[in-house]
Parts: sequence; structure tokens; C-alpha cells
Amino acid sequence: MPLEKISQVSGSAVYVPGDDIDTDRIIPARFMKCLTFDGLGEYLFYDMKFHENGEQKDHPLNDALYQNASVMLTGMNFGCGSSREHAPQSLFRAGFRAVIAGNFAEIFFGNSINLGMPCVSVSNDVRNSIAEWVGENPSGQVLVDIKDLKVRAGDHSFTCDLRPGARDSLLNGAWDPLDELLEANHAIESIHGNLAYT
Amino acid sequence: MTKQNLFEKVWDAHAVGELQNGQTQLFVGRHLIHEVTSPQAFGMLREKNLPVRYPERTFATVDHIVPTNETQEPYSDPLADAMIKELRKNCSDFGVTFFDTDTGKQGIVHVVGPEQGLTQPGMTIACGDSHTSTHGAFGAIAFGIGTSQVRDLLATQTMALGKLKVRRIEVNGSLKSGIYAKDVILHIIKLLGVNGGTGYAYEYAGDVFDSFSMEERMTACNMSIEGGARAGYVNPDAKTYAYLKGRPYSPNDNDWDDAVSKWASFGSDEGCHYDDVVKIDAADIGPTVTWGINPSQAIGIDESIPDPALAQTKDRASIEEAIEYMKISPGAPIKGTPIDVAFIGSCTNGRISDLEEVASQLNGHKVKDGIKAIVVPGSQVVSKLAEEKGLDKIFRDAGFEWRFAGCSMCLAMNPDKLIGDQLCASSSNRNFKGRQGSPTGRTMLMSPTMVAAAAITGVITDSREVFSA
Ligand code: SF4
Repeated sequence: MPLEKISQVSGSAVYVPGDDIDTDRIIPARFMKCLTFDGLGEYLFYDMKFHENGEQKDHPLNDALYQNASVMLTGMNFGCGSSREHAPQSLFRAGFRAVIAGNFAEIFFGNSINLGMPCVSVSNDVRNSIAEWVGENPSGQVLVDIKDLKVRAGDHSFTCDLRPGARDSLLNGAWDPLDELLEANHAIESIHGNLAYT
Repeated sequence: MTKQNLFEKVWDAHAVGELQNGQTQLFVGRHLIHEVTSPQAFGMLREKNLPVRYPERTFATVDHIVPTNETQEPYSDPLADAMIKELRKNCSDFGVTFFDTDTGKQGIVHVVGPEQGLTQPGMTIACGDSHTSTHGAFGAIAFGIGTSQVRDLLATQTMALGKLKVRRIEVNGSLKSGIYAKDVILHIIKLLGVNGGTGYAYEYAGDVFDSFSMEERMTACNMSIEGGARAGYVNPDAKTYAYLKGRPYSPNDNDWDDAVSKWASFGSDEGCHYDDVVKIDAADIGPTVTWGINPSQAIGIDESIPDPALAQTKDRASIEEAIEYMKISPGAPIKGTPIDVAFIGSCTNGRISDLEEVASQLNGHKVKDGIKAIVVPGSQVVSKLAEEKGLDKIFRDAGFEWRFAGCSMCLAMNPDKLIGDQLCASSSNRNFKGRQGSPTGRTMLMSPTMVAAAAITGVITDSREVFSA
């Protein structure tokens, strides 16, 4: 089945402020005891959302206004820390389809693109403006345009950034590389045979 | 011939071709897997009805979820039990070698690879775990990957990856006594920051890395990712070859000389290009401890906790957040901070030389009353060696618990966890919020010797003052 060509993602957005939000915060390690990724959405930001006694903390994801959000807006170096794909998977399974941040940790970025979940970077000023707009229009639609590299919110349009290779792979429906990797059968065979080690 | 660094040579030898998205299709000669990030990948293979392409290139072990205080299955945690059984089944279904708990070879994947001789110079290595950079100590290029890439490797032995730049980090001169590889890497991360390595592989070099043992090189390479570098390596030399000689998966005697000359050929050429070079004076490095919630928030043992009011504006918010979480005071000395738990172990510092070094200093010292102190060997091989040398007894006599091999309190996916806001002096590699199993638990990273000194005094201490006698 060919992959979907992703040229834009739109939905209501939620702003989760903070820089250096690491993968342990996105999904605490204790929830990684799972054989499939299916149920991970439930544990997204668990310790940021709940006190140890299970009571809700004051967190945007607990706010009724943002329950349907599918675009996440956040700070610098989002997804730093672990290579665990559980982190982008938990966002994806919680219904998020795009992330807008100051910038992203490398492995997290790659893992997200692999899922077909665009991660675009914006400047501080742009982030603040979008955050303000989202605060005023909690159910308003934010559109992440991969083709024109714009984030549109109401009448506003902001510039965003996405590495060309990743952008192409989303636009061409080639974000999951497996089929392409499988095609190179012959060349793989030859490297396997020529390596000095097995 | 153009001069190349090791990274470029290894990359070129494994590049299958260029992909549409501009990344390289890279052949990965050695694939290591464990129970947490592989079951979903095997599931995806089954869904697509794909076989494992070269099962002989993948090796498995179980480390993250294994309890370190019980060996009898079923484990008390049913989820952990299900995960080990699933890995066992996947390995047997797909023909992958599994260093199971009854093989005497099980342990933390980054301890097991080198000690089995699976990690060799000039290889590409990948594992669904961030600290795969450890294997770079042997002059291999080793990457931590996500589960979809684990799937890609199982199915094709290749993955899509953008080429990295290379930064050479030279540490020259000699280290003061009582300074360890852990201090060196914490110092490097402190200088270059948690994102400093983004887009780079780090080549570690200079007098200090030349004189380091293989295990010390592993400690440093292990934490490359904490500085944002996807991979870190040291050029192979006589120490590398001596370490590998005679290990189960090393080349045998007949092939040895050929292997060594091949390995040596991967070393960076004299005068080759680097995208960046950083030089550090070994004399500037003291015992280093983290005070905050990422590994770059580190200071020398004689320094004080930063004051956000005096910090640069861009750092202020993160310092405030860290100080609040850690429940410490700006401007206070780090020395004397009370601890609750002491943890020696992990893929950073759970090897035999780490345990020997600490044991050699314990010498009648006792863990302070009320402090929980545990030693978790990195693998069954380490644990056996240590027991043969009587280290387990030394640790026990000093008041440490002596455990079975695993990741344990490094990330607390097994029963070893901090409780409430306990503060742990830890020889592991991450001090993120909640990392050690309690959402409010606090971690200070340091060398195993510094952890032992903290266990004995009950507070963060300069180990050189405790162990001077
Ligand atoms: S010891 Fe810690 S860092 Fe190393 S592999 Fe285990 S959990 Fe990861």
C-alpha cells in the first residue's frame, strides 16, 4: 500500500511550554513495558499531567479546551534524551499529527518523520505568537503547510522550517523508508559478502 | 589517496547508496537488540510477512526489565515476564542468537557486545538504545536507533541515515590523581552542552584517551549522546586489539594478523579533515558532579550550585527549573548535599574495572546508616569475574547490596526505584526528571568512586578526601 503524501496537517493546537522536554518526560520509562505501541497514547506526559497520588496537575493537556488537539506547540530541543520511539509513538497514538517547536533533538525528529508526523521548527517570536493565538482560539484550526513551509492560524501566516530531505519524503509519500531499503537487494548482498566480518 | 578520518572510512565501506530523501542507505554489520525496543519491530515484520534478512548479524540480550534480586521465572512483575518471554520467542522464531539469563552471558547490551568480542574496529553497529555510542570505544561507528529502524535492520540489514560531521575532541596532558573517565566526559558535556554534538560524531583523542584503558574509553563514548552526538569513537590501537584477543566472537589466531591490519587501516589518517576540533587541558578536570536535570548541568566538587540571578538570560529559566526540581539552593556548595541512595552500575560504569577500582578503596569503610547502596554488575560475565576476585564480599562487608546483572536503577524499569524525592548518587548517565523511577526522584551523576564516597559519608563528597589514607 503506498504511503500517504503529506503536504499539510491541520487541527486544533495545544501549547506545552518548556525547553529541553526529554523523552523520559514525554513517556516515563515505566510505561515502556509493552509489546506493541498501541496503548501508549494514554501515558503521554504522564508525570507532567498527574501527581503521584493520581490527582491531575495543572497541565494544558488536562485542560478540557485542548482535548481534541492534534498539533502540539512546544519549546527548544524537544524530544532530547533517549532514542526510544515510544516517545513519538505516544504523541501519535494520543492523536497528534504534527509538532511545532523551537527545534528538535535529532533522533526524535527522525523517528517522528518515520511515522509520518511532521516536526517543524519556528523562531521564538513565532512560537510566542502562535501560542498567543492558540490561547485565544483554543478550538481554532492551525494548519502546518509542509509544501510552503508556513504555519497558518486564522489570518496569520508564519514561516517554519523543515529539513529538505524530510520535507521531500513527506510530500512524496516516502517517509517510511522500508520499501526503498528493500529494493536495494543486490547492493545489500554485495556489501554483506565483501565486509571483512560477518 | 585523500586522507580520511575513521568515520568517513567506515561510512564509505558500508554505504549502499543514496535514498530519495538525500539520506544514505547504510549497511549495519552488527545489530544488537533487547527486550524493550524490539518486540514492536518483530511485530511489524510479522505484519508485513518479512523474514530477518541476516539473522547471524543480530544478537539479543535482556537487560532493561530484568529484576536484579530474583532469577526465578515467572518474575514478580508480569509485564517484565511477558517481555523476556516475547524476546525469547522472537529470537527462536527468527533464528537470532540470544544471550539469555541461563547462558552466563546476559547483561547490559553495551557491556555484553564488547566482552563477547562482537564489537570490533571498522564496524557499523546499531541498537535500539541511545547508549550504543559505547561501542565506538573500539573504533566502530555505533548508533542508537528507534524501533522502526530496528525493523528496517531486521528486514534489510540497512537503515536510512544522514551523514554526520566529525568533531575531534583532544584531551591533552595528564589527569590529576583521583580523576576518572566519568569526570572527563561530564566535563566535555559541561563545556559543549547537551546539544553541542547535534549533527556530529565525536572523535575522542589526545594523551588522556591514548592512556585510557578500553573500559575507560567505553565510559566516555557511552555518554556521547548526552552531549547530543549521535556517535563517538576512539581510533583503534594496540590496547583495542589486546582487549579483543581471545574473546568468544573475536577472530581466531589464524585470522588474527589479517584482522588487526584491516582494523588498523580504519584509523583516522594523519592530517585528515575534521569539521571541528576542540582541545581540552586535562589539568582543568576535577571530580565532576551533576546538580541539575540534564547531564550538562555539572560542576566541580569544590564549586557551588549556580545562581540563576547571575546566569546568562538564556540559561536562567532552565537553571531555575533544575534548582526547584532538585530542591537545592543557588550558591550553596554541592559538597555536603545529603543523599539517600547510592547506585553503582549501568552501561557507563558497571564494568569489572569500575568495580575493582571502588573495591580497592573501600578498605574497611562502611556505608553510612540509613543509606541504601547497591552495586549492580553490568553483565553475568562481570559478576562472575568480580565474585572470583572476592569483590562481592568486599562490597557486602562494606554494606552495599550485591545484585544480579541488569540496567537496574539506571532507568528503573525493574523493581529498583527511587521512592518519593530521594536523592541518588549514581554512576549512570542520565539525571532527567523522574529517570530513576520516581516522578520526583533526584539524581546526581558522578564516577563510581565518588558514589562510594557519598555512600560512606552520606553526603556528596570529594572522594579524594575519603579515600586518601
Ligand atoms: S544501563 Fe541505563 S543507559 Fe545503559 S542501556 Fe541500560 S538503561 Fe540504558
